[in-house]
Amino acid sequence: MDYLHQFVFGIYPYIALSIFLLGSLIRFEREQYSWKSESSQLVYRGNLRLGNILFHIGVLGLFFGHLVGLLTPLSVWEALGVTHSFKQVFAMTAGGIMGSLGLVGLLILLHRRLSSERLAANTTWRDKLVLLWLLATLLLGLSTIAVSAQHLDGHEMVLLMTWAQHVVTFRGDAAQFIVTASPIFKLHLFMGMSVFVIFPFTRLVHVWSGFGAVAYLGRAWQLVRPRA
Amino acid sequence: MKIRAQIGMVLNLDKCIGCHTCSVTCKNVWTSRDGVEYAWFNNVESKPGVGYPKDWENQEKWQGGWERKPNGKLVPKQGGKMRILANIFANPNLPSIDDYYEPFTFDYEHLQNAPEMQTPPTARPVSVLTGKKMDKIEWGPNWEDDLGGEFSKRSKDALFEGIQKEMYSAFENTFLMYLPRLCEHCLNPACVASCPSGSIYKREDDGIVLIDQDKCRGWRMCVSGCPYKKIYYNWTSGKAEKCIFCYPRIEAGQPTVCSETCVGRIRYLGVLLYDADRIEAAASVEDPKSLYEAQLGVFLDPNSPEIQAEARKQGIPEAWITAAQNSPVYKMAMEWKVAFPLHPEYRTLPMVWYIPPLSPIQSALENGLIGENGIIPDVKDLRIPIRYLANLLTAGKEEPVVSALETMVAMRRYMRKKSVEKVSDPATLRGTHLKPAQVEEMYQVMAIANYEDRFVIPSSHKEMVENTFDDKASCGFTFGNGCSGGTSEGSLFGKKKATPIVFHDMRRDRKANAGS
Repeated sequence: MDYLHQFVFGIYPYIALSIFLLGSLIRFEREQYSWKSESSQLVYRGNLRLGNILFHIGVLGLFFGHLVGLLTPLSVWEALGVTHSFKQVFAMTAGGIMGSLGLVGLLILLHRRLSSERLAANTTWRDKLVLLWLLATLLLGLSTIAVSAQHLDGHEMVLLMTWAQHVVTFRGDAAQFIVTASPIFKLHLFMGMSVFVIFPFTRLVHVWSGFGAVAYLGRAWQLVRPRA
Repeated sequence: MKIRAQIGMVLNLDKCIGCHTCSVTCKNVWTSRDGVEYAWFNNVESKPGVGYPKDWENQEKWQGGWERKPNGKLVPKQGGKMRILANIFANPNLPSIDDYYEPFTFDYEHLQNAPEMQTPPTARPVSVLTGKKMDKIEWGPNWEDDLGGEFSKRSKDALFEGIQKEMYSAFENTFLMYLPRLCEHCLNPACVASCPSGSIYKREDDGIVLIDQDKCRGWRMCVSGCPYKKIYYNWTSGKAEKCIFCYPRIEAGQPTVCSETCVGRIRYLGVLLYDADRIEAAASVEDPKSLYEAQLGVFLDPNSPEIQAEARKQGIPEAWITAAQNSPVYKMAMEWKVAFPLHPEYRTLPMVWYIPPLSPIQSALENGLIGENGIIPDVKDLRIPIRYLANLLTAGKEEPVVSALETMVAMRRYMRKKSVEKVSDPATLRGTHLKPAQVEEMYQVMAIANYEDRFVIPSSHKEMVENTFDDKASCGFTFGNGCSGGTSEGSLFGKKKATPIVFHDMRRDRKANAGS
């Protein structure tokens, strides 16, 4: 295991998570006026509805898929009687569907953003970075399906799960489990972890608020603020 | 009973001359900024017309306001909470900026910098959205001014509901009125209910509806939720903005800018006491035509000793109780019944009310007829169809509007006789419920309209909730982030977006001022 591998898969996850959590916290505390979804719907609608809904369904599906798939302990799957092979095929299928939805949505959004004069004039490099970074990550993620299809025994998947679980439980030895993983997986992991790094500095922070908006369901219709 | 106070507004449309001073002063004070060039917290529409944004009164199209479900419960017309959350990615009911208008400026610099030419240089329009020259300005903030455009377009006006509008296309039958509009600061605001992040709220002490700029996340559900289309999305800051009822002025006991600068003296500001526990029931009555009366039932009589005692008990300041008794808004809405809420059928219980306009008589004079009561005409002869006004102010119920117009006509008859013939003749009030004393008071408030009669605004007692010593040397009004004022060049978390077309001098000035 070389130094670079240990750094990227053993140390970098913590750097990324720290920037993600502390960055979000500092931005929320210090620059909340900048915390927003940055919708461009008013200025130019185009195919926003189709593209954005497809993209968000896909991306939310992928997020929760990765969360549950990677972090659920192996013992739980065994107790449920889910074989590794079945889980891998299921993950490939579900990931493939969600990834395709997200990809189609993302391409529509990119086309919309680049084809409209109004949006071109009002798009920052951060907006472009988010779209292109997610596109690259997504394409790599979809390519891993082809890699996985060459061995359906679930072995590599278990290694990736072990890596993720060792990372989040601070066991320090996480990187060693994926030394043998395909370079496609490694690149995907790096790009995916880096999404957390750019997260606090871009419009991605609206994801927090999107989840926060679920509180709306339990809220009274009207809000009246008493004097301070 | 939960007593609350609110500063309400009345606009006397009978005196509005359509000069747009209110809109211009409001814009100069509040929306001369990047991203809200297209937004007019106050605008004046010529009616009939489709208005701003186009066709805003057509709720089948925009889905604004509330809808009463068969079980009697109110739900925003754009959908319940699940539906609103589901539409967060792309709001199907959001107007496009072209429904307002594409903001533009002109290439004035070319007039000075143009080289020697055969023809005089022109200042071509420049889109603020793209910074590029526009071939043609298609729509503007006041495109239909004074019945501009053809009848077929402006007659799409939703207020023609139930009226045979074709006859009003003839030049000799046409009619015109002005409708100044601002945020209604509703008792049952649909924008507040639509906001997934809970950033919009109503202030308990004066009823002003505000958007917390720090908490707004730009989900833009309020824009579609508001049936008056008086919330605007700032396309550079990514936040929703709206009329703030000039709260820094109101807190100090001063009228709003639009009211202060109104040259026709048509605007009134005063306190209304209301029972917050009655809001829901009043907004959910089944028949839309009963909504106007239902809203009247929410207000409390500030002259009743029991109400005063209860208000004191619930912490309403003494100055506010006194102001409520002298409130011109209460008098016009509740006592004289000449002011009405704007579109009560939206079920928002709006708090900016309107006195319907009298209008020239339609056909009586040329037919040799003069109204039965002398030269002041009867209401039925007025040029603006009563149904048109009723569609605007009482969900189509004509009786209250007729009664208000008759009250105003009777006031004119009485006062005309008094000032021309020097006779106070109670007989001119025959057939009305009016007494000479009330007419004199109405005349004082509505016709003379002295400053102190129009604006009865108690200052808010900030000293009771704030330690002014702590405010010493702090920043005043800013947009978010404490004192930074949004003028910083940017931080780790991004630069403040600006429009591509730079109002060069303005931004240069701002930068210079920020440094000083």
